Amino acid sequence: MNNGLDRDLAEAAATLPAAGPSPDALRRLAERAQDEGVLDVAYAQVDSPLGPLTVAATGRGVVRVAYPDRTLDSVLEVLSRDISPRVLEAPARLDPIRRELEEYFEGDRQSFTTKIDWALATGTFFRKVLQATARIGYGKVLTYAEVAARAGSPRAVRATGNGLGSNPMPVIVPCHRVVRTGGALGGYTGGIERKEFLLALEGR
Amino acid sequence: MALPPFQTLLDAHGAAVHRFLVAAVGPADADDCFQEACIAALRAYPELENARNLRAWLLKVAQNKAVDAHRARARRPVPVEHVPERPLNSVSEVPLNGQPLWGRVRELPEKQRMAVFLRSVADLSYADVARALDCSQDAARRNVHEGLKRLREEVHP
Repeated sequence: MNNGLDRDLAEAAATLPAAGPSPDALRRLAERAQDEGVLDVAYAQVDSPLGPLTVAATGRGVVRVAYPDRTLDSVLEVLSRDISPRVLEAPARLDPIRRELEEYFEGDRQSFTTKIDWALATGTFFRKVLQATARIGYGKVLTYAEVAARAGSPRAVRATGNGLGSNPMPVIVPCHRVVRTGGALGGYTGGIERKEFLLALEGR
Repeated sequence: MALPPFQTLLDAHGAAVHRFLVAAVGPADADDCFQEACIAALRAYPELENARNLRAWLLKVAQNKAVDAHRARARRPVPVEHVPERPLNSVSEVPLNGQPLWGRVRELPEKQRMAVFLRSVADLSYADVARALDCSQDAARRNVHEGLKRLREEVHP
């Protein structure tokens, strides 16, 4: 049909705003979703000297910190699949952890007070390894063997290393403080340069 | 198929849903309506069984909210300086985005109105218009055609 009305409709449609809802409308949406209990996973990008981090939190606490080597889509897909598809960008909700991370990277903070949600740490041993790692103090290091022992399985050194390699919350759960027996740094989920950076930041 | 993160859905289709609402309820109410639609969609999302064609699903939720807003506005008194000779009972008399045509569309009966908006603004296929309106594909096609026919008589007699 090529007539006046079709043209009028097309012209009228062309006057509609193309940009979609304003950033302010989206911010209010995230706040309201939170208030109504229909926002299960909030995330935001947090700038850091190691690149922009994707930080996600549930109502229980921080659940994911990802380095920029992972695409945002892949990080969100895992959160959607393993926790809930009700995932929204909600920077305001991440403000407390953003502040703590900024202070940490400026050398003004030695420990994080934000709560942790261990939902992505599935498997008893994996979770014990992460929890033992979370207790290593600022500027201290332990060996993989020591962490394995603290997690209750002194001989599971390799499994400990593998587990830390898929730490869902690097920096917050300081797997950079775990090194090889003899002093070699070992691997790191965000690449060895980042591990060196974090250990240097903490004065080692 | 797994459900994508809701934010991904918003990034992909949020602008189309918003445009549809600007046309269907007007720019003044579109933001509120958009928020209502997104909250309703979030509430239902985890239980959604079919992850196919989420754009049509979102528009369906939005069109329900547009119908609610339209009915609410029809009941809402319109402030005027002088009491008119006859009551302002038609929503189309509220100015709409400087686009008199949307006002005409908004005067159509509910099913025709939504069918025309979904087809011409949201660019949905007849199958998706049918899904959004919970009717058969034939009925969707009929509603669009009846609506356009009526408009044509008014706009280009």
